[in-house]
Amino acid sequence: MSINEIEQQIVEEFSIFDNWMDKYQYIIDLGKSLPIIDEAAKKEENLIKGCQSRVWLDCKTEDIPAEEIAAADGEKVRLVFSADSDAIITKGIISLLIRVYNHQTPKEILKSDLSFIDEIGLKSNLSPTRANGLVSMIKQIKLYALAFEEKD
Amino acid sequence: MNRILENIRALFPALSQKMNGVPLVYLDNAATSQKPVEVLELLKKMNGEVNANVHRAMYELSDRSTELYEGAREKVRQFINAPERGNVIFTSGTTASINLVASSFCRRFLKAGDAIVITADSHHSNIVPWQLAAESIGAEIRLLPINTSKLSSCDYGAKGANCGTSQCVNGELLIDKLEELLSDGKVKIVAATHISNVLGLVNPVERIIKISHAYNVPVLLDGAQGIVHEKVDVQALDCDFYAFSAHKIYGETGVGVLYGKREILEEMPPYMGGGDMVGTVTYKKTTYAELPLKFEAGTPNFIGASSLKPALEYAEYLREPEVRKVLKEEESKIKRYMFNALACEVGDVEIYGVGDDGFESEKKIPLFSFNVKGCNAGDIAQLLDKMGFAVRTGMMCAEPLLDSFGVNSVVRASFASYNTVEEAEKFIAAINRAKSMLL
Repeated sequence: MSINEIEQQIVEEFSIFDNWMDKYQYIIDLGKSLPIIDEAAKKEENLIKGCQSRVWLDCKTEDIPAEEIAAADGEKVRLVFSADSDAIITKGIISLLIRVYNHQTPKEILKSDLSFIDEIGLKSNLSPTRANGLVSMIKQIKLYALAFEEKD
Repeated sequence: MNRILENIRALFPALSQKMNGVPLVYLDNAATSQKPVEVLELLKKMNGEVNANVHRAMYELSDRSTELYEGAREKVRQFINAPERGNVIFTSGTTASINLVASSFCRRFLKAGDAIVITADSHHSNIVPWQLAAESIGAEIRLLPINTSKLSSCDYGAKGANCGTSQCVNGELLIDKLEELLSDGKVKIVAATHISNVLGLVNPVERIIKISHAYNVPVLLDGAQGIVHEKVDVQALDCDFYAFSAHKIYGETGVGVLYGKREILEEMPPYMGGGDMVGTVTYKKTTYAELPLKFEAGTPNFIGASSLKPALEYAEYLREPEVRKVLKEEESKIKRYMFNALACEVGDVEIYGVGDDGFESEKKIPLFSFNVKGCNAGDIAQLLDKMGFAVRTGMMCAEPLLDSFGVNSVVRASFASYNTVEEAEKFIAAINRAKSMLL
């Protein structure tokens, strides 16, 4: 699925909740089901700066089969993220980001504008310090994409 | 609700707002208190009408502005029973007051190898200014420690709760260690917290002052929280400095007070240079104004400072016997309820600053810092916000203190004169809801 399609799917999921406590419960449940990160990935270099709670984000690559490279706009890898946080709401938000960005190519990730965040009202419903944290997480994901992007 | 309490709440327009569609329950009073109508009206009048520089000009508006500014100084003087207005310096807040003393006093009275004592329950405002001063002089910081021992919540007997799932961290100052710190004669000043913003325990400041004075060491009290909850008489206490902010005691933000003894203030060099603090100025040499203006360089925040008059009048109203009786009863109920409910009803809670005598003690103010086991403090606050509660989470500007408890964040609910038992009950219900969502 493309980034846009996954985003649309998330927007639809959130549309069934009519109040923020229910949305939060959903985010918390997502946080609880986020796959446990490799302990070794919880290292200082993987800590995201700018978050109030501690957030670790790790990025690995998977090779794109040779016959699909042309369709992937010349990209040779897709990115696979894993993350953890000591705050469960934060973890839930990361799990949404990971769902959107996992197995996407660096180019796709760099192009994306993440409209779903505004559409589900996530940013305006986070405390300013947490909204800044969200921006920091997205920035870190894009930095990884920049590092793995195929340069022309 | 009691009639007096109802009247008090009606004085604070901010309390009747809704937040996220539900009535606001404001429990972040240790950070900023809300303002009563008298303060709001004064601010409106000064911004809209009496807006002119103090002390300078010869026109009616400036005179009226000066009267309000100096009238507030007189009110502060009365409120803390300072001998004269010259002892009362307006600053931009507790932080600025402490920085003033740390910089100016230390420059005058400390040399390399000397020492400064601070209390371990200090917030950053009573740590960093002294570190800056100590670094520039080559002095040493010494710490008066606190009791970090933990007790089960049921170990307080009749004074505590009847269940064993929660832990209480003591938090009292280990005052018996003070003499040890002073005995080599190197300490030149003791900077003690009156009431910690994390622990909510009233420190034995009379004893700190007595012991320090026996070694000829002056004492600064950080009264950011103390001024709100205790009756402060600087002459009876015999403290050498007392620092506090207006915005925690119902006044405007960006204003504070430094009380100092005249003989010490006279000896201290000015902290900042500028207008209003001078006698005569030539390009070579300047003489300084008399106290308190010597320490008030530049155009002061005369509007904010003036708010201290109605703010402290409100604080005095709270001390009228009939009102005080009602508020004390409400406060005891809140403390008893909160301790028992946190310890037992919520359960698996760690509460910081319970002291030797539990929550019934007069030494404990209605301020509750805690963590719910397995729940992140930031997550709790995020959910509480959606349910209409304003509480503080994080390090409380007291990172070293939280470190000593082995945590990097706490939830803090701090109650003021306008908060009620009903709000405490709603708060516990909200905490329970948050806990069941998070666990």
